[in-house]
Amino acid sequence: MNLTVVSINAIALACLALSLFKERTKTARALRIALKSGIGLAPTLLTILVLIGLVLGFVPLETIGRILGEGSGAGGVLTAALLGSVLHIPSLVSFPLGGSLMKAGASASVVAVFITTLTMVGFVTIPVEIRVLGKRFTFLRNGLSLVAAVIIGLLVGVVA
Amino acid sequence: MQGRGAPPAQPEKGSPVRGWAVLAAMVAAAALLLIAFPEQRDPSFAAFWEFLLEMIWVMPAVLVIMGLFAVWIPKEAVSRYMGHESGARGMLIALVFGTLPTGPLYAAFPLTKGLLEKDASPANVFVFLAAWACIKIPQELIELQFLGWWFTLARFVSTVVVIVAMAFVFQRLLGKREVAHDDV
Repeated sequence: MNLTVVSINAIALACLALSLFKERTKTARALRIALKSGIGLAPTLLTILVLIGLVLGFVPLETIGRILGEGSGAGGVLTAALLGSVLHIPSLVSFPLGGSLMKAGASASVVAVFITTLTMVGFVTIPVEIRVLGKRFTFLRNGLSLVAAVIIGLLVGVVA
Repeated sequence: MQGRGAPPAQPEKGSPVRGWAVLAAMVAAAALLLIAFPEQRDPSFAAFWEFLLEMIWVMPAVLVIMGLFAVWIPKEAVSRYMGHESGARGMLIALVFGTLPTGPLYAAFPLTKGLLEKDASPANVFVFLAAWACIKIPQELIELQFLGWWFTLARFVSTVVVIVAMAFVFQRLLGKREVAHDDV
């Protein structure tokens, strides 16, 4: 157990206690929502964990490092941006996935680009977005988000 | 615009059954691979367990926090407080309110439409959607766990700076026609 684990659980308990103190029924509803989203998320989460196991077990670290590591340059960033835009997984799941890539030798830039595009750019949700917000808005938003993701990645690479 | 009276758009959000089917296929594929390559078994299992444990330590807590957020900060409240403010203050509000509610990005689209109809500036809406997508407060806790304080902080700050800058580009590019159209 590390500090992060302890603080996250402490925050959760504190919020729960506060909520319980203020309103019982709302708190019960919150817990039901938590349980439901946990069950909904479980298959995707487990699938990604199995995938992480396979990737880390099969692909030699040097290979991941070569494709996505510090030396991969623009190629690594573009690969991550493209993958992140096409793949459609819940943002919560993107963090362990990013963490596994980082552990395997991917650079901070690449991981940041991957996470940002995974969550902010969605090729799969484009039809929905067009239906609600219109074509022009959708294409501009996704295009600029892609550019933003690359810049964010470069900045993170400079700092981290 | 089309779809005013239409029900809020619900994307084809893979049914629960489909999620489990994908998992079953993944496990089957993994089993075959690990039978074919026995020497890869140990490292694969080790990595799987490591990440599973890390997940188990924080996931329930994060889900509880998300549930509490969903109940105490309903999405309607978010749109009530946004939309009329402009300038730096409006953008700050958009940023903060983007990080609070939970739910996937497509859940924010109908809300965004409402904001635009209430004359929120396109720049603020862009910031709102970007914050909603990738700097949600409860989810940042998972990021801390898997990527560490330094990465999380660096990505958070970079994201805020870049999306605010990009929001003005978005407004500039989107603006002219849309505004002209609305003013008529």
